[in-house]
Amino acid sequence: MVFEGKIWKFGDDVDTDIIIPARFLNVSEASELAKNCFADLRPGFATSVRPGDIMVAGNNFGCGSSREHAPLAIKAAGISLIIACSFARIFYRNAFNIGLPLLESPEASEGLSEGDVVRVDLAAGSIVRISDSTRFSANPVPEFMAGIVRAGGLVPYTIERLGGKTTG
Amino acid sequence: MPMTITEKILAEHAGLDSVSPGDLIQVKVDMALANDITAPLAIRVFNEIGGGSVFDRHRVALVADHFVPNKDIPSAEQVKFVREFARSHNITHYYEGGDVGIEHVLLPEKGLVLPGQVVIGADSHTCTYGALGAFSTGVGSTDLGVIMATGETWLKVPPTIRVNVEGKLAPFVGGKDVILCLISMIGVEGALYSALEFGGGTICNMPMYQRLTMTNMAVEAGGKNGIIEPDDVTRAFVSERVPGDGVDPVFLETDRDAEYEKVINIDAGSLEPQVAFPHSPANARNLSDCGKVALDQVFIGSCTNGALEDLRDAASVLRGRRAASGLRLIIIPGSPRVYREAVREGIVETFLDAGAVIGPPCCGPCLGGHMGILASGERALATTNRNFIGRMGHPESEVYLCNPHVAAASAVLGRIGGPGDL
Ligand code: SF4
Repeated sequence: MVFEGKIWKFGDDVDTDIIIPARFLNVSEASELAKNCFADLRPGFATSVRPGDIMVAGNNFGCGSSREHAPLAIKAAGISLIIACSFARIFYRNAFNIGLPLLESPEASEGLSEGDVVRVDLAAGSIVRISDSTRFSANPVPEFMAGIVRAGGLVPYTIERLGGKTTG
Repeated sequence: MPMTITEKILAEHAGLDSVSPGDLIQVKVDMALANDITAPLAIRVFNEIGGGSVFDRHRVALVADHFVPNKDIPSAEQVKFVREFARSHNITHYYEGGDVGIEHVLLPEKGLVLPGQVVIGADSHTCTYGALGAFSTGVGSTDLGVIMATGETWLKVPPTIRVNVEGKLAPFVGGKDVILCLISMIGVEGALYSALEFGGGTICNMPMYQRLTMTNMAVEAGGKNGIIEPDDVTRAFVSERVPGDGVDPVFLETDRDAEYEKVINIDAGSLEPQVAFPHSPANARNLSDCGKVALDQVFIGSCTNGALEDLRDAASVLRGRRAASGLRLIIIPGSPRVYREAVREGIVETFLDAGAVIGPPCCGPCLGGHMGILASGERALATTNRNFIGRMGHPESEVYLCNPHVAAASAVLGRIGGPGDL
């Protein structure tokens, strides 16, 4: 899978409360959650993101509670992929499960800036900045996890697998 | 290839000869767990996948323990939804009403989680069962919904951090103090993605209830699971509880030349009781360095310290004494069996004589749910596992964490202190 988009840059230890403050958790529709994505840290983020844009962050992205509302809000806001130095454990699972791919790349986390436009090949784990063709490497997303993302998340992925079982 | 106990359990459940840290694997799940907050979302995911039947009606545990007895209409609706699902799928291990205890106290007590198993729960403290030599970890609701349908899940094999604890613990110092000490050493991300494997002389001599307290809090250091290699203490605990339905425990241990990500050594011989100050479990201090911290409430209970032996520890301090005037002492036994034994042994009477309020087995004030919410400016000392901002009530309230001996002594003193100060 190949993604191309503009970078939104964040720092270290971005927690799930910053991604979607708890006061907005009285709804669970992704489109509603998206409106309040980063409401306190970056007001206006949700309305300025273009579909396909890419988020780049530092260490321990998504730490805090296990709320699935956090990756749901980011995905529904239009972000197609998050690149970070590292991710908090439950966020990592939840993001892939809802069909939002993540890439771990300390190089890209360091080298990319807000507004850069990059082309990312998920399977190869390659990230290229369009303006000067600088290349950054990342751990490629394992095939079966890429499969989860291709299917649109763990639910559709599981439906496909179960369907395959009954016909095969 | 030499492996740690975590790697061995995962390899076995993935049908592989060996696994290494970082491998992504698909594992069979022996027990899937959810509570009254996380089960409704998981059930919705399960229904989206196509409903059908659960992968095994004996291997799904649904425990209505957080907001029960139902505290308001939304919580009553949630439990109703879970109850109807449990009934329609004939779930063997559905617990509510007089059968309910805190999930992580109830499952080990009933022999529903055993050494060598993979246990996955939609609750972050599912890591508790590692004390029995099982691999257990918490996930989100989508993961759990899929597990209920398929009996499988994907996992990344964690590297293992070995924590060696040596030395004879001083009186009134236990597992809670060792784990608070570790978390303050390595921080709340100190074990991110990793397995925390506890061992050494102190752990060998530690009773099961204190081991469960230690693995319970592995997640407070970011750990994926906490684990202790089974020994005679484990065998004795399990042999009294195996339900005898043909499921046998598997006792595994780490190979001597297995590779660890890191080895941490703790000299616990000189360890004092620990108190974690607001607002992080990593904020632990020695009891003697706490100063005079006046308290409005003391809570003894939760999945961390709600076992019968925890109540015995508290009762040994409270016997013949009373909670300070103006201080609210709330005590909640972790399960109906703990409650019954506590009545039989006269522990409940000791608590009542001390002026305590006894709650029915449930999570109670631990997560600020009900039965002991704090007002602004109030300060509580609790035997729970988290003291985040607003965890037990108002955002301007404070929560301090400690072991049951210290909680009981502090209730009498009206301020933070130990049995030695009485
Ligand atoms: S007692 Fe507290 S930490 Fe344990 S399961 Fe209940 S709410 Fe969670």
